Amino acid sequence: MVLVYSDEKKLTLELLNKATELAKELHKKVIAVSIGHDEYATEYLEHGADLVIVAETPQHQFKAEEYTSILQSIMKEHRNEIVLIGSNKNGKELAGRLAAKLDAGCVIDCTKVYIHDKKLTTERIVYSGNAIAVEQFTSPPQIVTIPSKVFDPLPKNPQHKGEIIKKKFESESSPSKILKVHEMKSEGVNVEDAQIIVSCGRGFKKKEDIKLVSELADVLKGRTVGCSRPIAADLKWLSEDHWIGLSGHKVKPKLYVACGISGQIQHIAGMRDSGVIVAINKDPEALIFKSADYGIVGDLYEVLPKLTSAIRGKLG
Amino acid sequence: MNIIVCAKQVVDVAEIKVDSSTKKPILVGVPQKISDMDKNALEEAIKIKEKHGGKITILTIGAPDAKERMKELLAMGADEGVLIPPPEHADYHVIAHLLAGAIKKIGSYDIIFCGEASIDMFSGQMGPRIAGLLNIPQITYAQKVTVEQNKVVAERNLGEKAVIIESPFPVLITVTKEINQPRLPSLMAILASSSKPIHEWPATGVTSEALIPKLQTMDIKGIPMQRKNIIYQNDLDQSVGKLVDELAKVGVLR
Repeated sequence: MVLVYSDEKKLTLELLNKATELAKELHKKVIAVSIGHDEYATEYLEHGADLVIVAETPQHQFKAEEYTSILQSIMKEHRNEIVLIGSNKNGKELAGRLAAKLDAGCVIDCTKVYIHDKKLTTERIVYSGNAIAVEQFTSPPQIVTIPSKVFDPLPKNPQHKGEIIKKKFESESSPSKILKVHEMKSEGVNVEDAQIIVSCGRGFKKKEDIKLVSELADVLKGRTVGCSRPIAADLKWLSEDHWIGLSGHKVKPKLYVACGISGQIQHIAGMRDSGVIVAINKDPEALIFKSADYGIVGDLYEVLPKLTSAIRGKLG
Repeated sequence: MNIIVCAKQVVDVAEIKVDSSTKKPILVGVPQKISDMDKNALEEAIKIKEKHGGKITILTIGAPDAKERMKELLAMGADEGVLIPPPEHADYHVIAHLLAGAIKKIGSYDIIFCGEASIDMFSGQMGPRIAGLLNIPQITYAQKVTVEQNKVVAERNLGEKAVIIESPFPVLITVTKEINQPRLPSLMAILASSSKPIHEWPATGVTSEALIPKLQTMDIKGIPMQRKNIIYQNDLDQSVGKLVDELAKVGVLR
């Protein structure tokens, strides 16, 4: 069996695409697991699951120890050779703990998953975006986590039928206790879903100047502003939901405009899959130009207003 | 308060050069260092020790030259180190068993600290694996840690959300880079650290199991980056005009 789990519905649907492909090649079935949410079950079937297991639990907040033991119980009942887990922060800590409990191999943040020489093979970015590690499992069970946006969900197929099992599973209770969940300071931006992103970096002298970026984003009808690490993590001019990079968000918009961003490999790792990449930087040697389709060498304080007005003119 | 900090010696990823023909990273001759977030983990341990007393042990699986790097951690404020050479064939599964075995051998611990991930592989599974093997609670991506009587309260950074969670001891905590600023040791501290012990244990001394990797690395490939690299750098007005025309042509202006 190929088991799919994420605490995010969208990510589960994306993983189901890969899971059905692997299952077909290996002549196996796909199980989608939902912990606590029976309202997703039908949708999971329509997106390729052969069986949806809804684990009923009093534990509605994610805790790695408890969710790990639920998945362990499910795996005891259904022989799962491959486990695909959505690679958000909860998913990653779940995958690691589950791997330890099962003495299993585990690869985090895979961008490719395939069968090669009859073995499950994965690719992921390592060395801070400088290389791709190709790794192969030697024995099951095999745990793989996949970030959002790596695969698209399959189109919904209401004809695809399967079984839904609702069940309570034995789970250990953890001595830790969640006291509070609060929103992080956020401006409600979702860079991961944006089609057009204009990003800013250290080339900006003060926080107020970021409006040059948002004005360009507005005329591009993207309205989405991204940034590199220093702007979010060090200067805190923008909240972390704007942060694009290895430790921030990974994005793949149709158009990515990097303004005053030097192009550290960590930033490139977050935006390398963008459709068209434009860079604006006053340093002709800036690394960002190597990763760009188009670039303008110039002072962003001069370039951005001109570019914004030229695009406004072009679009009429 | 007995604290164990797991620290990994890694290649300094900022110093990696890429071979221009094969696009593969050149790893030979790259300077080694202790992974950044592992230093954050140690800094957090030192802060706790300063307030509550106790002992900090650094645990490293690494080649003999990792000893030099471990000395920096002793100078920062750890009390002693344990260094275990990795077996020839190792993966996360094997290393996690060695770390967990060593932690059991060290014996008494209240908190195990790890970085959220190592900067070379950036996987972040080691902390959760160790917690799983030791069967203790785990708190990952902590951006704030407060030790209270008989428990620790931590704030997990999940991006959009922060989760405040408390746990009794023992507990494993992985920390983010934002949690603190690791201190630079003073000259006095560096000199004093030479008398602090680093114990070298053989891998066979911490686990009796025959550990077989579950994962094999087949290749470290380069990353092809094919971009047009059309750079305008003369007259600004012309450059802007050409760029806008190109963007319209490739269909990203609507």
